[in-house]
Amino acid sequence: MYVSPIREPLVTGKKTYKKITDEISAPIEGKPGKAWYAGITLTVSALLLGLAMMGYTIWEGIGTWGLNKTIGWGWGITNFVWWVGIGHAGTFISAILLLFRQKWRTSINRSAEAMTLFAVMCAGLFPLIHMGRPLLGFFVFPYPNTRELWVNFNSPLLWDVFAISTYFTVSLLFWYVGLIPDIGTIRDRMKSKFKKWIYGLLSFGWTGSAKHWQRHESISLILAGLAAPLVLSVHSIVSTDFATSVIPGWHTTIFPPYFVAGAIFSGFAMVLTLLIITRKVLHLENYITVGHIESMNKIIIATGSIVGIAYITELFIAWYSGVEYEQYAFLNRATGPYWWAYWIMMTCNVISPQLLWFKKLRRNLVFTFILSIFINIGMWFERFVIIVTSLHRDYLPSSWSMYEPTMVEVGIFIGTLGLFFTCFLLFIRVFPVIAIAEVKSVLKSSGDQKDKSETKEKH
Amino acid sequence: MRRYISAYFEDEENLLRATKDLRNKQFSIQDVLTPFPIHGLDPILGFKRSRIPTIGFIGGAIGCIIAFGFQAWAFVVDYPLFIGGKPHFAIPSFIPITFELTVLFAAFAMVFAFLIRSKLGPGANNPIHDERITDDRFMIIVDLDEAGNQDELVKEILLKEEAQEIKVKEIDK
Repeated sequence: MYVSPIREPLVTGKKTYKKITDEISAPIEGKPGKAWYAGITLTVSALLLGLAMMGYTIWEGIGTWGLNKTIGWGWGITNFVWWVGIGHAGTFISAILLLFRQKWRTSINRSAEAMTLFAVMCAGLFPLIHMGRPLLGFFVFPYPNTRELWVNFNSPLLWDVFAISTYFTVSLLFWYVGLIPDIGTIRDRMKSKFKKWIYGLLSFGWTGSAKHWQRHESISLILAGLAAPLVLSVHSIVSTDFATSVIPGWHTTIFPPYFVAGAIFSGFAMVLTLLIITRKVLHLENYITVGHIESMNKIIIATGSIVGIAYITELFIAWYSGVEYEQYAFLNRATGPYWWAYWIMMTCNVISPQLLWFKKLRRNLVFTFILSIFINIGMWFERFVIIVTSLHRDYLPSSWSMYEPTMVEVGIFIGTLGLFFTCFLLFIRVFPVIAIAEVKSVLKSSGDQKDKSETKEKH
Repeated sequence: MRRYISAYFEDEENLLRATKDLRNKQFSIQDVLTPFPIHGLDPILGFKRSRIPTIGFIGGAIGCIIAFGFQAWAFVVDYPLFIGGKPHFAIPSFIPITFELTVLFAAFAMVFAFLIRSKLGPGANNPIHDERITDDRFMIIVDLDEAGNQDELVKEILLKEEAQEIKVKEIDK
């Protein structure tokens, strides 16, 4: 395929196929460094704190949280929506960018998809704990029971159950199908018999036969085609948890697209946070180049601007609708007792990504890293603002209230951060962080070799 | 007795040319093993289009019917329950779950079809011809006749494209 010579190469450092295999497999074969041990100690400690707090919640009850009669959804649901949103970037990269034939996705899709899975795991924990009695969590599924009752198919909370579980399952299938050839590569490199056996089992007996590749490509494309509307549906359905209610500030039709854009926005920020460190630590700068970072930053500007427009539209519609409750809800968000949360959200999500219009900043790793953290914080506050400020001014002024989280809620949130990063740290030691076969297939068209036959290893 | 010849290339362009040449001269190619999918190889090998998309469609259709049918049955026939005075047969609110299960069934159908048809799966014991295939070698395996008349012709085509480690193997069967 013809690629314009002025296009930035996607794989630098004059790679050969062999070099690609060697360099991407290196983190799996080598011993983990001190940084890895330090990292995992920290994340496992956070995870243990979270588990303890979850245990305490389940033992004592939801009363250990800062919720009250007016504000029934606090950090728990905020974190749920935040984590689901973060997952969206992975599917966006692997599915939607595949359909648009964006070759730069090949270096980042594997790790972003893994991130999706871990983020959705973290997200799923919150509704489960929030039930108060997680052992009865299976009540959400429509199974034949002695009460002869079905679940409420008209409820967005039930749609969520199906959306999140389907999303997790399909993402897992998509991710694993993509991994099979690369696990085959790792299997063939392993020296120890035991490891070879394990990877052999996981590689499903992959041989690299042309017919298998043909089917593999076909299934990857169709799964991408299915995952693309799926990812859009998931956060749309999450947004209907709010939009179908009659709470001023929630009851708006703009929610589905606004939530999806916000999800991809926050997801890309998390991908950047992780990959800027990963590429450095695992020496993958030739695969995840500054060009890749810039491409992701462009998506951040696009989705960040959509989010910004959505905020302004909400404000305009609240004023234009003439509904005084709606108007009050938004006035209260910006100037009420939670004004600080609103302005953190506005600064982080609307103003800060606009700095990326400058090419210098888009290609600056330190700036991008700091900005990605700001966006993560900003998007967390977006969910907090939507949930808490809309609820805390109830219909009756006598039940107006304030909410602040207890240590238990904070601990659970820290615990899910621990879970997420622990899973990611384990993942980089076990599976190739970059899709080896996919990078090889774009090497000739998008590598930086002048002579395209240089991919051959000279003997 | 079955005889075949195996060789590898270091570049996919050589593989493509050799494969085309062999196919044109009516040699039977047993398999081509590559570290990544080679574009343009499928038509040369004469592969038909994969039917995985069709299986995905059928799986999706089944999921769609099951999901919609079940929700309608549960809410209209089995236990018509008034929820906020809304109609029992509420099509719009059945759509999200119907969509999700359509995707779920289609994905499972395709993945299982892929694994079963390709004989891949946990514990699959497929022979690994060369461990370098998953790294940087493009291997071709060509069937030969029992008499050995084809050997030289095939070797010539392979050598022209800088094939290496050309080996003739025989299996008693």
